Amino acid sequence: MLTPKEIEARLERVLLQVQKPGRYVGGEFNAIHKDWAQARTRVALIFPDIYDIGVSNVGLKILYDQINQRPDALAERAYAPWVDMEEKMRAHGIPLYALESKHPLADFDILGFTLPYETLYTNALNILDLAGIPLRSAERDETHPLVIAGGHATMNPEPMHAFIDAFAIGEGEEIIHEIIEAVQRRQSDAKGRKFSDRAALLRDLARVPGVYVPSLYEVTYHEDGTVAGITPRVPEAPPKVIKRIVGKLPPPPTRFIVPNIDIVHNRVSVEIMRGCTRGCRFCQAGMITRPVRERSVEEIVQAAEEAVAATGFEELALLSLSSSDYSHILELVEAVGERFRGRHLTVSLPSLRIETVSVELMERLKERRSGGFTLAPEAATERMRRIINKYIPDEQILETAREIYRRGWTTIKLYFMIGHPSETLEDVQAIADLCKRVLAEGRKVLGGKAKVHAGVSTFVPKPHTPFQWAPCDTVEQITAKQDLLKRTLRDRAIKLSWTDPEETMLEAWLSRGDRRMAGVVYSAWKRGARFDAWGDQRRHQAWLEAFAEHGLDPAFYTHRARRADEIFPWEHISAAVRKEYLFQDYRQSMEGKIRIDCRQQCYACGILPTFADLRRANPGEIWKCPEVKTPKRKVAPKAEVAA
Amino acid sequence: MRLRLTFAKQGALRYTGHLDVQRIWERTVRRAGLPLAYTHGFRPRPKIQLASALPLGFASRAEIVDVWLEEDLSPDEALRARLQENAPPGLEILRLERVDDRAPALQNQLRAAEYEVTLLDAPPEPELDRRVRAVLEAGSLPRTRRGKTYDLRPLIESLRLLPPDAQGRPRLAMRLAAREGATGRPDEVLAALSIPLHAARVERVGLIFEPQINTEEHG
Ligand code: SF4
Repeated sequence: MLTPKEIEARLERVLLQVQKPGRYVGGEFNAIHKDWAQARTRVALIFPDIYDIGVSNVGLKILYDQINQRPDALAERAYAPWVDMEEKMRAHGIPLYALESKHPLADFDILGFTLPYETLYTNALNILDLAGIPLRSAERDETHPLVIAGGHATMNPEPMHAFIDAFAIGEGEEIIHEIIEAVQRRQSDAKGRKFSDRAALLRDLARVPGVYVPSLYEVTYHEDGTVAGITPRVPEAPPKVIKRIVGKLPPPPTRFIVPNIDIVHNRVSVEIMRGCTRGCRFCQAGMITRPVRERSVEEIVQAAEEAVAATGFEELALLSLSSSDYSHILELVEAVGERFRGRHLTVSLPSLRIETVSVELMERLKERRSGGFTLAPEAATERMRRIINKYIPDEQILETAREIYRRGWTTIKLYFMIGHPSETLEDVQAIADLCKRVLAEGRKVLGGKAKVHAGVSTFVPKPHTPFQWAPCDTVEQITAKQDLLKRTLRDRAIKLSWTDPEETMLEAWLSRGDRRMAGVVYSAWKRGARFDAWGDQRRHQAWLEAFAEHGLDPAFYTHRARRADEIFPWEHISAAVRKEYLFQDYRQSMEGKIRIDCRQQCYACGILPTFADLRRANPGEIWKCPEVKTPKRKVAPKAEVAA
Repeated sequence: MRLRLTFAKQGALRYTGHLDVQRIWERTVRRAGLPLAYTHGFRPRPKIQLASALPLGFASRAEIVDVWLEEDLSPDEALRARLQENAPPGLEILRLERVDDRAPALQNQLRAAEYEVTLLDAPPEPELDRRVRAVLEAGSLPRTRRGKTYDLRPLIESLRLLPPDAQGRPRLAMRLAAREGATGRPDEVLAALSIPLHAARVERVGLIFEPQINTEEHG
């Protein structure tokens, strides 16, 4: 492997021949440079898409801080080089390296990938290849780094099981330390060897709660191709790997990396709460990030202040899956508004509920009415709204729209989802009608200035959601629905965007795939697939050929309703939400039954029995699940101190 | 107040373009907690003006920026240190001074820029010398850039060989016009010398202004 100096020398020769060379040089404010020689365990954190997208990822930033705070470890970063840079790197023999020290990735002890979405899989393979590391876990030995992965997509780890040594399921803040400690016990001082015994290391890792080591499980199949069983091969491997969560959200990161080039999100982000209680049935994030845990207004404002001061960024994003559901949203908005007014800071508050209160909230935050106001009705008929469990009546949508236009926003972005198997063309027509009615409201107030932007995505039945039993629409069905929208939404003031059906299919194969999908991922990569999330790079043909090569039928993964008792490929991975609960919710969906927010009424989804100890240790307001009764204590609780 | 800073741009920052350097200054000033002044109007912009765009990939030890602040601060070492602490690696603040708010914009005062070039794999010295002379002796050097043909020769105010660096690599010095609509680019001169840009390390070493604000480095 090349030394960092050799890599830098070669880079100098190629950087001016690629687009945006600033992606490949590091040197950002707040990047952490630790002494390589002093760190016992070196971790490279990898976001397998380009720098412009990866650098602002909050999940990786949390891990970057967690690891770098340890005196015995260091964390550096790497991203996927864009195709022009990949070509140069291969031509000049430059292995993929980490931005801080320019050490090749192969020099690290641990490579940690974040896989927030499935279309990054081929990029992850490409990165291993560019790093000169065997792609398949089975081909790595004691001289190779340990390859781990986490992130939402890994809730079904199977399509990547052959390439990743160990998955960290769930939240990473605590588990990363346990992984590092397990690794340290097997690190070797022998020259050229990173570990004393790789196989033993994997078995040790399997003991860490929340770690899934795929090579320690055996999967068998029925004749029809469905999974017959998933069994641990060794006693260390638990039959079910339950996701990890933190009982209380730790202080949020504030010293964000400030890039020297323009990226997608130039901003600081503060997570105001984690989890969601709404229960929209299509939403994987909502199901897998339970329970809801909130941060206090004080902590959020304090962190925002620190982060803005430490970065100089011009935008602050308050993140959560559903801002309006944050218990103290009004208080928070007031506090943030007051703190930052007149400081030329843009504050964004995504995922607001469709109600007039949201408009008032936004108004308090924004000094200017720039950008559009986003609403996500998802469906446009009462029937579909009941099926997906996101029920907002038209009247409420129109009233909110009226208020938005009246207060000076000219563009409303409306997000919808098509492609549910019970959706008809009438339901899709209703989407077009609703867009027009919203625009009509705008025209009443603003005349020709009013605009609507309709973003129509396509439903993918995701693992760990009530719809995991449902099939996808076929490409023909999706195309027919999209054509209908394109035909009916011809008004110049309405901008329509949609997801390419081929991308939807790919997302569905990869999110619903079993272990055999790993072969398909590998073959597709071999045939040139990478940057599958980028419309202009996607190679659908390569994927179809890859399926054919392995004798697999893509439709098996996408267009097939699952039997009630089918064993899913992800059956051994638990988000702590019971399968029976999900199935019951699926049934209710088919009956058009709404389930209201579980903050108001706990449905016993499974979170509490799994995490009862954590709930007990974190009593009161911060969790939105009911309190768990404390087991009888032998000693009476300490008497309250008199004021 | 209008603060004028002379700074070096080195290392990774060489790969940061002009607009992004503007952003870097904006954020550096904000991190330092200094009250940045903004333009008025619907979209207030921070009042920051760079003297001259530096092409991507070039280092510099003579960049100049004017930054307007809401408060009057003394341009002393303490202020320099405060900004320096908040600047990204590779940005080194060499000098700062207060300038008259009504002084003309830097861009309008610029006349020429000086560069030093280290050649990573250069032709033998006699050959290099011959090429330099050929460029200097040419009556005109027609070149095409972004589809437009222009004459490079009058933009070259001087071009000469410098003693080689510590590793024995040959070096060149050039002074190129940098006036409104008449700016010579060092990469174009290198091309006229048949030297590919990726085999050269270019550093801007001086900006030459109308006499009153000359920042050329001496010695
Ligand atoms: S345990 Fe109850 S309150 Fe908590 S997430 Fe599940 S259903 Fe909602």
